[in-house]
Amino acid sequence: MNNTESFTAQTLHYLMKNRLAVIGGILVLLVFIISIFAPLFAPYNPSTIDIRNILIGPNLSHPLGTDDLGRDVLSRMIWGGRISLEVGFVAVGIATIIGIFLGAISGYYGGWIDSAIMRSVDIMLSIPTIFLVLAVIAILEPSIINIMIVIGLTSWMEPARLIRAEFISLKEREFVIAASAMGASDGRIILRHVLPNGLSPILVSATMGIGGAILLESALSFLGLGVQPPTPSWGSLLSSGKDNIEIAWWLSAFPGLAILITVLGYNLLGEGIRDALDPRQRE
Amino acid sequence: MLTYIIKRALLMVPILLGITVLSFGVMRLAPGGPAEAQMDFSAKASAEARERLRKLYGADQPFYKQYATWLNKFVTLDFGVAFADGRKVKDKILERLPITLTINLLSLGLVLLIAIPIGILSATRQYSLLDRFTTMFVFIGFSTPSFWLALLLIYLFGVQWGILPISGIQSLDSTEFSAWGKLTDKAHHLVLPVFVSAFGGLAGFSRYVRNNMLEVMRQDYIRTARAKGLSENVVIYQHALRNALMPVITILGLSLPGIIGGSAIMEQVFGIPGMGQLMFQSVMSRDYNLAMGILVPAAFLTMLGNFLADIGYAFTDPRVRLH
Repeated sequence: MNNTESFTAQTLHYLMKNRLAVIGGILVLLVFIISIFAPLFAPYNPSTIDIRNILIGPNLSHPLGTDDLGRDVLSRMIWGGRISLEVGFVAVGIATIIGIFLGAISGYYGGWIDSAIMRSVDIMLSIPTIFLVLAVIAILEPSIINIMIVIGLTSWMEPARLIRAEFISLKEREFVIAASAMGASDGRIILRHVLPNGLSPILVSATMGIGGAILLESALSFLGLGVQPPTPSWGSLLSSGKDNIEIAWWLSAFPGLAILITVLGYNLLGEGIRDALDPRQRE
Repeated sequence: MLTYIIKRALLMVPILLGITVLSFGVMRLAPGGPAEAQMDFSAKASAEARERLRKLYGADQPFYKQYATWLNKFVTLDFGVAFADGRKVKDKILERLPITLTINLLSLGLVLLIAIPIGILSATRQYSLLDRFTTMFVFIGFSTPSFWLALLLIYLFGVQWGILPISGIQSLDSTEFSAWGKLTDKAHHLVLPVFVSAFGGLAGFSRYVRNNMLEVMRQDYIRTARAKGLSENVVIYQHALRNALMPVITILGLSLPGIIGGSAIMEQVFGIPGMGQLMFQSVMSRDYNLAMGILVPAAFLTMLGNFLADIGYAFTDPRVRLH
């Protein structure tokens, strides 16, 4: 290994050598591209109702069949992927921002504020997520935006713990002490000196968090509390699949497969990044 | 050690209070409440009757008073009555608990039975074909939506092959069965729910056992055991396994909230009248007493699990006690 290479380049190098991580990356990219260019990939309009072709199994003109209103399942899945990914990214964004903010304060200042924040983490972790999500959804009414907010508000604990641990170990290091000796403000030290050096564990948790958020969204929509029909998301498609399970297996099988493949991609990629960042794995 | 235990136990009090305040607050912020919960059964109730019900359940009081009243009763283990039917929360829970416990204990047994050997084998044969295969399985297990798996199995075993029932916990005519018939009937109904609940845990547990095993195998005392000529079996199954399984037990405590959450979805799919379904219904219909009666004991058990795990760590690792 060339010593002059940057940390990022080294990490990328190790990531590319990890076959599972590469597979994960390809899956993530594939789903991402298909979702962004949904109008190009979807063979039909996802909301065009065709009552002459209701609940038809997979065939040449409808590769994944049609639903109970004759809509093309493949097209609905492609558009639904867009919604599911959006929810995943925004929810993880919210969770990560909250987590970084609270974790940084907690780790940097310590003392009573640290205890207060860490006890809040304990409280949040003791309550089943699904309960909080259900209760909050009942207040806010189910909609795409609210789902993103709710998932974000109930999954900031892991990033907060990770950032706190990074801050505790970094704040005693020479470069931080030097910055504070030179009169840098707390805000500047936190944002410019400590945070950039403590972000790598967050990268792993955010990558895997996207998979987790997509799973949670699908579970909520499946229960009828997330994305509402007729808007397609993978979870809401599965929900209508459940109602027709005895007559139309394809309505359940394919959207679930899409969730599995996408979440698998993020999990493989996240685990790969974790290994690539871990110096013990580099021999 | 004793001071550590006391300190750690005292810490549980504010956390428990926080849990009750947060969940009570979230429940009360939402529109709807006792009056609305009962109105489902008597849609034509007058505004006056509504007001009377709100008074009866204290919903007209300010938040902190409601909370204080609730807490006062709760600490004496008086969970109150469910708004929907006026029955005691305790009775409703005790009636639902056995089925959820049965499913989760059976699936936990299944998980441990399969995950421990798999974890050991893939750790002792790291990077072997078996290890690669289980690693892939673990990732797929983590990524599979459990309700989707449930749907697929319902379709295959229930609809396509017709060999397993797809919903409920007993056949409609099961009252006419003999005792043995009832038991097999119930077992039949539980096969899919138990398998689906076990599936997700299987991946996590086997990974966990594997990683712990790998960690332990790197320790000096394992090298010492080998160096003094002990057979590989003794080294692995007596020296390594014991230390590797210790933290696995603590994970059981931590997985409790997940079990309750998982039961809510799983019981919904299979139409099982258990705790998960009861929690789901109570939250959705704003039945505070019922929801809190399920949630707070569950959160308390989770905390207790955490507590015992920390005490366990402190016993084995003196460094923990100092912090």
